[in-house]
Amino acid sequence: MQVPAPFEYERATSVEHAIGLLERLGSSARLVAGGHSLLPMMKLRLANFEYLVDINDLRDELGYIRIEPHEIRIGALTRHRELLESDALAAAFPIFRDAEKVIADPVVRNWGTLGGSLCQADPSEDLSAVCTTLDGSCVIRGSGGERVVPMTEFHRGPYETAVGDDEILTEIRFPVRPGGGSAFEKVERRAGDWAVVSAGAAVWLDGDTGGTVADARVGLAAVGPNTTALPAVTAALAGREPSEELYDEAGRIAARDCSPDTDMRGSEEYKRHLAGELTTRALRRSVERARQGRG
Amino acid sequence: MQVTMIVNGDEVTREIEARLLLVHFLRDVLGLTGTHWGCDTSNCGTCVVWIDGRPVKSCTVLAAMAGGHEVSTVESLARGGELDPVQRGFMECHGLQCGFCTPGMMMTARALLNENPDPSPDEIREAISGQICRCTGYATIVRSVRWAAAYEAGDQAAADAVAEPEPGSIAEPVAGGAQ
Repeated sequence: MQVPAPFEYERATSVEHAIGLLERLGSSARLVAGGHSLLPMMKLRLANFEYLVDINDLRDELGYIRIEPHEIRIGALTRHRELLESDALAAAFPIFRDAEKVIADPVVRNWGTLGGSLCQADPSEDLSAVCTTLDGSCVIRGSGGERVVPMTEFHRGPYETAVGDDEILTEIRFPVRPGGGSAFEKVERRAGDWAVVSAGAAVWLDGDTGGTVADARVGLAAVGPNTTALPAVTAALAGREPSEELYDEAGRIAARDCSPDTDMRGSEEYKRHLAGELTTRALRRSVERARQGRG
Repeated sequence: MQVTMIVNGDEVTREIEARLLLVHFLRDVLGLTGTHWGCDTSNCGTCVVWIDGRPVKSCTVLAAMAGGHEVSTVESLARGGELDPVQRGFMECHGLQCGFCTPGMMMTARALLNENPDPSPDEIREAISGQICRCTGYATIVRSVRWAAAYEAGDQAAADAVAEPEPGSIAEPVAGGAQ
């Protein structure tokens, strides 16, 4: 039987209450939402905490998807299933539904949360790549108020985030721009596994029916210490006409600029190949969707 | 610490260690051993129970986190001595071999049919994709769920056809299967 080491359990009744508990308990405490990443690590003694603060009762405060004209805001306690099922979110950012279909399995998706996925800061985690691709911003709250950190600065390293010991991630914000399309591609060893490599892409085209690329972003997971945004891809695509040659060029840049390690999921060479191919496919589908006016 | 939850319709209160997992609370504290405990890593899915009507893997949920919620286990499926159609389906279509994954499979299947009374084989496979049958009996599990769906729809002929496919037919087409 694998069980975590002993700890004390507290249940937060509000965000303010959670922050108060974290301030009092310090680095010996950790928030638990779905727990589907944290509890397995605690069972294996890869993580040990004296206190767990359960925030599942904060659904009213932190469980929401708010679609606004220029911004989408998602509460940190929104569960994977809700992200998968939201038609409004899929219309704006189809990359979310693409990714959620291949994150873990339906039963795990019933319980795991967006905020938990990001705060786990696993370099192979697909939603982190999605949020990086969409240029998300993380709202972090402490007793002194809120601060907003871009996804590119949110992950400090594997399993390390910008969230302080006495702070809580409350919301992720995504800018909404016209002419956009997005998509997610993943290769995994079996259904529900971590990615061997996954790639998200988002493009924004000039003009109503799509002319040149106004902006494009690619985020990769499992090919470096963090999910990786690739500024060189963005620079290479800006102002260009979408074409197969352009997608291939972006794929070559992605394969070159990522930093995968050889491990049990595959060799470095294989992962670079996947990073390139998945970037190409994700960009192709993103452009198709942008041209169809589908987010 | 003290935890109170509704389990299969009854309120239970127990003094527990905070680190006790829901699967062990159900099995060891309440004696509800129908819920099985398998891989311990939220992969195999044999520990699936419902919290507030949604399937979850109870080896990765603290019993404390279920406090104040409604938990349903495989013991809740049969009512008044009557098996649930999902349980009958597993009997009719040989949906269990060793039986180890069966409780979790049936809880997921019941939840699926509650949402989608007529799921396609692909939808059934998607629903159980987080659960492992080491006997590799997925084809009969899928048939069992289809049987339950047909039975609940009052279509006994369709249920019979799922249970006893015509000789030579393949009730559950499998790509690349034996010719």
